[in-house]
Amino acid sequence: MSKLSMSKAINEGLRSCLEADPKTLVMGEDVGKLGGVFRVTDGLQKDFGEDRVIDTPLAESGIVGTAIGLALRGYRPVVEIQFDGFVYPAFDQIVTQLAKMHARALGHVKMPVTIRIPYAGGIGAVEHHSESHEAYFAHTAGLRVVTPSNPDDAYWMLRQSVESDDPVIFLEPKARYWDKAEISAAPALDLHAAKVVRPGTDLTLLAYGPTVKTCLEAAAAAEQDGHRLEVVDLRSLSPIDFPTLAASIKRTGRAVVVHEAPVFMGMGAELAARLTEQCFYHLEAPVLRVGGYYAPYPPSRVEEQFLPDLDRVLDAVDRALAF
Amino acid sequence: MTVKSTSRARKKAAPGVPDSLRTGQDAPAELVQLLTPEGERVENPEFPLTVTPEELRALYRDLVLVRRFDGEATALQRQGELGLWASLLGQEAAQVGSGRAMRENDYAFPTYREHGVAWCRGVDPLNLLGMFRGVNHGGWDPNEKNFHLYTIVIGSQTLHATGYAMGITKDGAEDAVIAYFGDGASSQGDVNEAFTFASVYNAPVVFFCQNNQWAISEPTTTQTRIPLYRRAAGFGFPGVRVDGNDVLACLAVTRWALDRARSGSGPVLIEAFTYRMGAHTTSDDPTRYRSSEETEAWKAKDPISRLRAHLEREGLADEEFFAAVDAESEALGLRVREGVRSMPDPDPTLIFDHVYAEPHALVAEERAEYVAYAQSFEGGE
Repeated sequence: MSKLSMSKAINEGLRSCLEADPKTLVMGEDVGKLGGVFRVTDGLQKDFGEDRVIDTPLAESGIVGTAIGLALRGYRPVVEIQFDGFVYPAFDQIVTQLAKMHARALGHVKMPVTIRIPYAGGIGAVEHHSESHEAYFAHTAGLRVVTPSNPDDAYWMLRQSVESDDPVIFLEPKARYWDKAEISAAPALDLHAAKVVRPGTDLTLLAYGPTVKTCLEAAAAAEQDGHRLEVVDLRSLSPIDFPTLAASIKRTGRAVVVHEAPVFMGMGAELAARLTEQCFYHLEAPVLRVGGYYAPYPPSRVEEQFLPDLDRVLDAVDRALAF
Repeated sequence: MTVKSTSRARKKAAPGVPDSLRTGQDAPAELVQLLTPEGERVENPEFPLTVTPEELRALYRDLVLVRRFDGEATALQRQGELGLWASLLGQEAAQVGSGRAMRENDYAFPTYREHGVAWCRGVDPLNLLGMFRGVNHGGWDPNEKNFHLYTIVIGSQTLHATGYAMGITKDGAEDAVIAYFGDGASSQGDVNEAFTFASVYNAPVVFFCQNNQWAISEPTTTQTRIPLYRRAAGFGFPGVRVDGNDVLACLAVTRWALDRARSGSGPVLIEAFTYRMGAHTTSDDPTRYRSSEETEAWKAKDPISRLRAHLEREGLADEEFFAAVDAESEALGLRVREGVRSMPDPDPTLIFDHVYAEPHALVAEERAEYVAYAQSFEGGE
């Protein structure tokens, strides 16, 4: 395949899923004629029809709740929540119903529902269009939570998510929708494997989704100062591939977690706690965290101050290296 | 100042509540009824129903056995065998009538009180008790009898039912779905979203609202200012209010609605106007919020005694039949009692079973930790 943007890669992934299995459905607000507000579902309704690419009423709980019913009937719905901040009306259906149906039925029913959510910030949007709510979902047993950072992963991880018999929260870093890359002929990794995207020796940057690119840029900048930073892309937030993460930290002795969500009670807290348990004698410094502040996602004119950027990452790297 | 004006506004609005919404005794005019509280058969040209004596006796048997099961479960809760019980006392006709209207391939999505519907679907009553005993969160295979798991979050299942019905349409199948919910649930966003989805996709789903007059301590007037069945009109499908204590009316109206859904005419809202004779659950104390006069008045409309009166009046059942049903009822009570008492606690590793359909690293890790921890006690003091 030639180079594709992440949004086009997801579009191609959806297309492959719709072609592969007649029970696969795409549902959401404006996903049909408009092709979604980010055009991720562009052209799918034209090619697969209104019965398989379904424009829904403006009701997020309804979208997820009916997807649960369709899954019970043997369908494999892929639903789109238009923006991160709009998922909360569906939160109840996701955490009390979708996540628990398989367990409540003692395994008798499966819930192969994928929920695609464009998430995180950096695109100058208005309120409720830039939020990072991954911790809520990762905190809920029964859900799988993944987030690609590049077009190749976006394509293959989406296909793997749709093929999964478990519900998957598929978080799409919208600031990376326009990044382009080649798509591999086959998936390189399991859906839940983390990946060392840049090898290094001095410190590990742990990132996922939108901050992987930020960390790669930080690692390139740090090299100018003679620091060799390793960057690990988590890819999956539930489950987390701790063996790959721990192996990296045992090599480098230091780690900084970078995410957009507020640091307090965020994914970084879990990563720091567990990796400290697993790698205590290998660590030369505490696991540090860089992320959003404990405040509502700010107006876009100041979002650059909220989001972890190159300087804030490098500042944390310096602090870790100084121990 | 603000408080004052608010309370004045509430007082002013109160007389506007339609009489048909009050929890009193006057049967609203729109009520479909085929059997009077005295057991007299009446005809409704819109909902004709032909039932054989054998079918009438079978319905009577259902009502009696369902009430017995429910009573036994209430007793078992009082004896500490169940952690909680949500009794259906008084709602047997609504559940048996609608449940017996279903065909084998139809699918029911219950709340946590549809023991009578479960009975009609052929779900073993003991399966319903696992959740209330605390050994599982449901446990039965919903696809075995097309009876979904009990849903505790109010109204969530109406969306699942609608989605399932949308799937039926996609399959080109001639099945239908019933979504059960209560008058309290009618206030939930999910129920209203389910009405919207069902309507715009013309889904073959029958919304069966058992208006038992009370959502724990809140009367129907706290949920709505119009009779509930009239809500359907705003969503673009028919609403019917049926006498929920009349098993024949519930059977006829639900059968009509299911047939209509199957034929591609879309959803119907049925409001079964009934009464919850017991508490909301065994944790509730209804004497705090409703009068004994109200409960007594509804007792006169009892679904079982009115069918028995009809059978006796028409000479369709003899003492031998009633004695046989009573004996069967005793046997069911015994089976339930012994079944619950011998229900084993689950192995604690159940905690980790079925969290996911596919392996999940964290669950596997925590299971291994738990097993090792539990084993560390073996052979200890």
